[in-house]
Amino acid sequence: MSSVAEPVDGHEHHHGPATGLKRWLFTTNHKDIGSLYLWFSFAMFLVGGAMAMVIRAELFQPGLQLVDPNFFNQMTTVHGLIMVFGAVMPAFTGLANWMIPMMIGAPDMALPRMNNWSFWILPFAFSMLLFSLFTEGGGPNFGWTFYAPLSTTYSPESTALFVFAVHIMGISSIMGAINVVVTIVNMRAPGMTWMKLPLFVWTWLITAFLLIAVMPVLAGAVTMVLTDKYFGTSFFDAAGGGDPVMFQHIFWFFGHPEVYIMILPAFGVVSAIIPAFSRKPLFGYASMVYATASIAILSFLVWAHHMFTTGMPLFGQLFFMYCTMLIAVPTGVKVFNWVATMWRGALTFEVPMLFAVAFVILFTIGGFSGLMLAITPVDFQYHDTYFVVAHFHYVLVTGAVFSIMAAVYYWLPKWTGHMYDEGLGKMHFWCSLISVNVLFFPMHFLGLAGMPRRIPDYALQFADINQIVSIGGFAFGLSQLIFLWLVIKCVRGGEAAAAKPWEGSEGLEWTVPSPAPYHTFTTPPEVK
Amino acid sequence: MLRTATRLTAGVGALLPLITAAAETPLNMTKGVTAVSQDVYQLHMTIFYICCVIGLIVFGVMFWSIIHHRKSKGVKPAQFHESTKVEIFWTAVPLLILIGMAIPATQVLMNMDDTSEADVTVLVTGSQWKWHYKYIDDDVEYYSLLATPRAEIENKLAKTDNYLLEVDRPLVLPIGKKVRFLMTSDDVIHSWWVPEFAVKKDANPGFINEAWTRIDEPGTYRGQCAELCGKDHGFMPIVVIAKPDTEYRAWLTNLKAEQAQAKAEEQKLLAMSMSMEELMAEGEKVYLAACAACHQPNGEGLKGVFPGLKGSPLTIGDINGHIDIVIHGKKGTAMQAFDKQLSLRELAAVITYERNAWGNDTGQMVQPKDVDARIKSAI
Amino acid sequence: MATEPLPGQTPAYYVPEQSPWPIVGAIALCLIAVGAGYTVQQMSGDATWGKWILFAGLVMLVVMLFGWFGNVIHESMSGFYSDQMDRSFRQGMSWFIFSEVMFFAAFFGALFYARIFAVPWLGGSSNNAMTAAILWPEFTSQWPLIKTPDGTETQAMGWQGLPLYNTIILLTSSVTLHFAHVGLEQNKRKQLISMLSLTVLLGVIFLFLQVEEYIHAYQEMGLTLDAGIYGNTFFLLTGFHGMHVTLGTLILFILLLRIIKGHFSAEQHFGFQAGAWYWHFVDVVWLCLFVFVYII
Ligand code: HEA
Ligand code: HEA
Ligand code: CUA
Ligand SMILES: [Cu+2]
Repeated sequence: MSSVAEPVDGHEHHHGPATGLKRWLFTTNHKDIGSLYLWFSFAMFLVGGAMAMVIRAELFQPGLQLVDPNFFNQMTTVHGLIMVFGAVMPAFTGLANWMIPMMIGAPDMALPRMNNWSFWILPFAFSMLLFSLFTEGGGPNFGWTFYAPLSTTYSPESTALFVFAVHIMGISSIMGAINVVVTIVNMRAPGMTWMKLPLFVWTWLITAFLLIAVMPVLAGAVTMVLTDKYFGTSFFDAAGGGDPVMFQHIFWFFGHPEVYIMILPAFGVVSAIIPAFSRKPLFGYASMVYATASIAILSFLVWAHHMFTTGMPLFGQLFFMYCTMLIAVPTGVKVFNWVATMWRGALTFEVPMLFAVAFVILFTIGGFSGLMLAITPVDFQYHDTYFVVAHFHYVLVTGAVFSIMAAVYYWLPKWTGHMYDEGLGKMHFWCSLISVNVLFFPMHFLGLAGMPRRIPDYALQFADINQIVSIGGFAFGLSQLIFLWLVIKCVRGGEAAAAKPWEGSEGLEWTVPSPAPYHTFTTPPEVK
Repeated sequence: MLRTATRLTAGVGALLPLITAAAETPLNMTKGVTAVSQDVYQLHMTIFYICCVIGLIVFGVMFWSIIHHRKSKGVKPAQFHESTKVEIFWTAVPLLILIGMAIPATQVLMNMDDTSEADVTVLVTGSQWKWHYKYIDDDVEYYSLLATPRAEIENKLAKTDNYLLEVDRPLVLPIGKKVRFLMTSDDVIHSWWVPEFAVKKDANPGFINEAWTRIDEPGTYRGQCAELCGKDHGFMPIVVIAKPDTEYRAWLTNLKAEQAQAKAEEQKLLAMSMSMEELMAEGEKVYLAACAACHQPNGEGLKGVFPGLKGSPLTIGDINGHIDIVIHGKKGTAMQAFDKQLSLRELAAVITYERNAWGNDTGQMVQPKDVDARIKSAI
Repeated sequence: MATEPLPGQTPAYYVPEQSPWPIVGAIALCLIAVGAGYTVQQMSGDATWGKWILFAGLVMLVVMLFGWFGNVIHESMSGFYSDQMDRSFRQGMSWFIFSEVMFFAAFFGALFYARIFAVPWLGGSSNNAMTAAILWPEFTSQWPLIKTPDGTETQAMGWQGLPLYNTIILLTSSVTLHFAHVGLEQNKRKQLISMLSLTVLLGVIFLFLQVEEYIHAYQEMGLTLDAGIYGNTFFLLTGFHGMHVTLGTLILFILLLRIIKGHFSAEQHFGFQAGAWYWHFVDVVWLCLFVFVYII
């Protein structure tokens, strides 16, 4: 198949990328845009992480040392926002941009210009968010969940900036998601039937659907916050017939699917890597697809498990408890399938596989704590303690983020045409693995022992564990600098990578040379 | 595969006592001092064990292949990739396990939800950043504030035990009685949490949530606000003292007496007037306790968040305007109404202080009777 | 699936060259966001520069739209687009409309939650007996909520009169638009242009009456944006719908101009199709509004 674009129209047309800044500002190329997304997300990961370091430093010992409580709350809030909307989501969108067209044999994303737009509004949105930190009165300090009325009547003046920044992030995600759906539905190469799609494509298809469905709801939520704060409405104010808890319902109707938006593509990545390094086809492909779909459907019925203590009527509490517990079933199916895929395979443990295996184990641990949280009466004890913080960092950091790292190691040869430094990669993995558990595992104990989240100072009995956690935090943070160094090194040069550097890997992306040419599959391949 | 599975479960059986041992350490959830908190603890441990077992099986199998199915050991990969039987098996089994968990959970929850037939009812009101308790049936009420001195928080003094978990006036409850809590808030959402009772309920402004407890053992129980409620969310602890019913009754009656007497004192005060020294001295105390959290000890506030009082038109301008703001608060802002929170004497003192501290030297004094007049004029 | 390119024919899929418009659009959106943010903040204050940033952003956005769609139109007229491309556009538009549906869903959700839960609870239903007894003893639960817990009073907007007329107007506009489409497909330009112009006209009338209704609400009825949850839901739902009608009318108007210039063919008229879909969507939203906001 030709992997280089034919001239498509009269006027002259260069095959390779444009040069200089123009290339990146004006590009319509899915690979360029993918790279932009990935670099942006890593930058945000560093920024959000630096904020986490501020948090950990302040919590290193009891008493107020570095920051005042109000600033601490801003750090917590913006850390959460940046990591969720700035680090994890753009990283997955970047992977989607790079890989989906290559995986389904398409020349590019379906709507290339819009693709560029979806990316370039992101840096502006986050600049706005970060800028608001420096305005008089400070930035958002009401938690990434911005519960009313703390985010309305009692919020800083800069809240309007926060609202519109979130609007832009939402627009970006929606456009990105539309692009992904249309690409997958409309751009598959001949013979690339639904049940031949790589799971990464499947999971992203469903993720994109979730995004289009819930991002507008988030937009609605921030809009009501805006009118409540500045235009005298009382959606979340009982005095006017509203209800603060209504905000939480609207937010979590977005918020819970949002967390699966951050994990489904991870499932896709892992489902690509484990078979590759087990040299054995993925076990139960079909059940994987159905499991993903059922998780997505269920994710619309469980949102109030974040609200068990808000005083919902008994019936509601029971309903949401049962639905939440149900999600363990399809997720379990996935975990079991991965294990079955490894069973009696011929395993090797290059860095992508190491991260994938760590993902399966640590995500499952996060899932278990999730299940414990789902049990309403017990959640009364866990809720808003560090037990929750431990839960979601296991699913988000050792889940989502680990899968992203696995993906980067897995596809880096295809992107750069160079093999990464395996030794450095192993070092990054082991440092991360150990430090991340020192960082997040003891948080379970903090929570159970009764330490609330979102506090800048704590009672003395929590001192020792917090110290350990902080040390783990710094170590994990520094470990990520190894990763940064490794990626730069690999982009700069290194042992040339074959078209198919991994013995067991499957899929169209490995049929094109490494580095992948600027234009691939301008004439679609035949898929048997 | 199943063979190894059984082998592993056997292994887990041996491990369980160890895990239980770990469960006894203070790192785990408290058993608490009520029947409900015991149930919750049991539920917590059961589910934890179930997860451990499942985990050990899953990870066990996984590590088995990590160790034995390596390419380096020259194994040829099998090619099986489907088995409806197995899929059905590991869909059904977790489902059954979950049903097994849901049943006891439902029972405990329904029990927790039943607030009927309470012997004592307390209205708990959160506000930035303190708790207010009102014994509905005996109309006795008071505020409960953090008692840990600022100096300890700012590391100027050594931290004492119960750091951040000490309040000036704890909530006092009888043991062996069903106590019903009515939770609400004056401003943002707070959440009233005492781990030993397994009671955590959000205090939503404009709504009332109900919860209940029946304490088995006398003692002092500590908790914290569990919903982000702004700057000092980390500094609004909860302390409950549980006493035998008789002692509790005694405490209540003499508290009533005290409060009645205080009222009387107030009335006397209206006749006489206090000296500048008295006012300033008491004013500073009150200011640091009630106002400094937002307006800061130096009266400069936090730019853009809390207005400063130093040289502000409010504190050096019209005196009545100043009094009104303090007693009625400012709607739609964090400024609360202090008429119910402070006595006439304290109000007079603190307003005088604000008008004369930090170089505001207006020289003006505010007497309890002036404050009283403004309050009355409002009605 | 993609069709193999035959010699001389357009390739299977047209991937445009580099384009400056997206980045222009990004800057525009940024200006709009910052501007809007400060405009809102500065409502209580005397600074006003926020407005100007907002305005600049809007201007830039319009420029960008002209440039961008200019390219698209040029490309499609020069026949770079395959059927597959056309499908991409259609699917993209459908998903965009779906996201719009979800946006309105949030506000309808708020409406239903307030009606079914919040207001009755404040009145003491379900597990909120104490809420009413202690906090809002005077309050009685009702919908439309013409007296809020804190005693703000207002009036309910009936469905007869203006709202009814508006419903009829929008419904007819959908019909006229349909006939315009038929006209386009059967190359009956007269019918196309007349019907489309009629649709645009109806859109304008709708907006005019909507404004009338608002004025009436504010001046005679004391039904304002800050008149409690009833006014809130009423104005945000009808307001956002109104904005969509405005946008829709503009789109249709531009389509009209393009048609008069001779764009679109019976086979190739995605632009028209998209505008039509959007209009029908706006129409359906109104029907839901009419039923849930006005009638029940
Ligand atoms: C990637 C993100 C992600 C993922 C995947 C999950 C997955 C799950 N989460 Fe998590 N969650 C968050 C992100 C995520 N969560 C975040 C960010 C918060 C906090 C938000 C905030 O307040 O700031 C949160 C909070 C949160 C709460 C609210 C806690 C509280 O505030 O009181 C609850 C309660 O039910 C919950 C439950 C669950 C459950 C049941 C799952 C399930 O999907 C897990 C399913 C997986 C497994 C169970 C493991 C594998 C299964 C098997 C091996 C099969 C056999 C197992 C059994 C039968 C037990 N989560
Ligand atoms: C995907 C999302 C994600 C990710 C990746 C992380 C990553 C981390 N989080 Fe995250 N966190 C959230 C999502 C995430 N978090 C959310 C949603 C919340 C809730 C917010 C809220 O309550 O509203 C939260 C809250 C939260 C808290 C609770 C705060 C509170 O309740 O007050 C803490 C506390 O320790 C914490 C710590 C960390 C740490 C140490 C990391 C580390 O993994 C970060 C490691 C990365 C780096 C450190 C950057 C790379 C290194 C450098 C930049 C060089 C400089 C480094 C050094 C000087 C050591 N997070
Ligand atoms: Cu009150 Cu947190
Ligand atoms: Cu959730």
